[in-house]
Amino acid sequence: MSEETGDIQVLIDLMARLPGLGPRSARRAVLQLIKKRGQLLIPLADAMQTVGATARECLNCGNIGTTDICKICENDKRANGQICVVEDVADLWAMERSGVFHGRYHVLGGTLSALDAIGPEELRIPRLIDRMTAENVSEVILAMSATIDGQTTAHYIADQLPNLKVTSLAQGVPVGGELDYLDDGTITAALNARRAL
Amino acid sequence: MPGRHLASISLRHFRSHRRVDAEFDGRPVAIFGANGAGKTNLIEAISMLSPGRGLRRATSEELIRRPENFGWKVTAEIAGHSLETTAEPGGARQVRIDSKLGPQIALAKVARILWLIPAMDRLWIEGADGRRRFLDRAVLSLDPSHGEAVLTYEKAMRERNRLLKDMVRDAHWYTALERTMADAGRRITAGRQATLDALMAAQAGAETVFPAADLSLTHADQPSEDLAEALAASRPRDLAAGRSLVGPHRSDLQAVWKAKGVDAKDCSTGEQKALLISLILANGRALAAQMGEAPILLLDEVAAHLDADRRAALYDEICGLGAQAFMTGTGPELFAELGPRAQHFEVVEAEMQSEVRHAG
Repeated sequence: MSEETGDIQVLIDLMARLPGLGPRSARRAVLQLIKKRGQLLIPLADAMQTVGATARECLNCGNIGTTDICKICENDKRANGQICVVEDVADLWAMERSGVFHGRYHVLGGTLSALDAIGPEELRIPRLIDRMTAENVSEVILAMSATIDGQTTAHYIADQLPNLKVTSLAQGVPVGGELDYLDDGTITAALNARRAL
Repeated sequence: MPGRHLASISLRHFRSHRRVDAEFDGRPVAIFGANGAGKTNLIEAISMLSPGRGLRRATSEELIRRPENFGWKVTAEIAGHSLETTAEPGGARQVRIDSKLGPQIALAKVARILWLIPAMDRLWIEGADGRRRFLDRAVLSLDPSHGEAVLTYEKAMRERNRLLKDMVRDAHWYTALERTMADAGRRITAGRQATLDALMAAQAGAETVFPAADLSLTHADQPSEDLAEALAASRPRDLAAGRSLVGPHRSDLQAVWKAKGVDAKDCSTGEQKALLISLILANGRALAAQMGEAPILLLDEVAAHLDADRRAALYDEICGLGAQAFMTGTGPELFAELGPRAQHFEVVEAEMQSEVRHAG
């Protein structure tokens, strides 16, 4: 294998470690990048270098941006008294894509798991408690996964905020979903959370 | 009443069986053969069509045929559904229902399988673990959602036990986990109690030669009815022990021979076996009443400790129930009373592998 091929293989191996890509798709992506060197490869390398130098976690909420305090936390219009607590930045981005939430966020960085040695200190939970008074929060919306760890984390946070309105996302039939395709747990949750029309 | 029967099964490299393909018509199945021929291995393969580790509680690795070490595969057809469960060497067991990958727990909705094996003869005199497993399998047969409650409870308990072992003293963390344990624990206990009620009702309404039992659930060291409260109160003791000492994982099944008023553990060996058979049959009747279909029964060496009259009565009751019971025994004479009411298969060992032959 030549020196050049070795470098390309390093790139392929690195790409294959990204979520959603395997060795085959990484090879195809790298080939495409090389074929479109001017339009893709060089701009991508530049963008990655820039992001590598500037990307950082928001010191307030844990969101990822290029400044110490992210744009959402800096925006006074988002200080409506609501904080949505999510596990990961990807969850925050999903909420933002929907465009329906106009408050601020708090990214925990995972869920409590004694077996994986992930405790409150590893999850920015103390920082969340501090924000309650500092930001005059009136409602905390827990948008955690419907897993045992997600729900344990939600209960843990709710327990720490006894004098505050704490809500969680509803669980049930997804918009556009058909009952026939839902699992029993989802149908049970939906039935338990039914509401009058 | 026709049951949800096993129509066919194929085994590949499963314990002593290199390759087996068999078809069944819903009648009881008598399987005979010499000791070590592979009869129990065959019904163990059927037990792998339900959630868990099967009737011997074996790991996937232990089920691999040696010396080939290729991994194993069991495929079957039950009530129009194709089931496949398989494991590669060193890999986890996988389940496919109608060609779709799914969790093991989904098997409980397709196949209702109960078993009785010689190792359970000591069920009433050994630890509570075995009795809980026996009861939980009965609950699962009547309510497939029981498996999910048990998994949720066990996961939360493992987390709590780790906190206890690490001497973590964060009360909020304990409270959060105990809430999950209490919620799942309530469902587990309710499911167990409902199953005991269903079993006793099924025994009461049946014409059977097997003894009826009074069944009850006991809860070790649980000072409060409210499990969340009991867990919170138990924290100091649990911290000292490094594990959770209250909850449904400590419950026990108690049985009393109704007519004699004798505790199951004080009954003779034969009487204890009769009680177990009675419960398995009651479970079948309860399922038939609830679902309109009898379960698949795996009865290993069930005829060995029964006299001819009891044996004939057992066969009559199985046929009356409409259950597809797979029964093993060393010789065909043990199944003579069944005659054409059953399918008969012989398992023989030849050239270092088991062979299954249709015998009528």
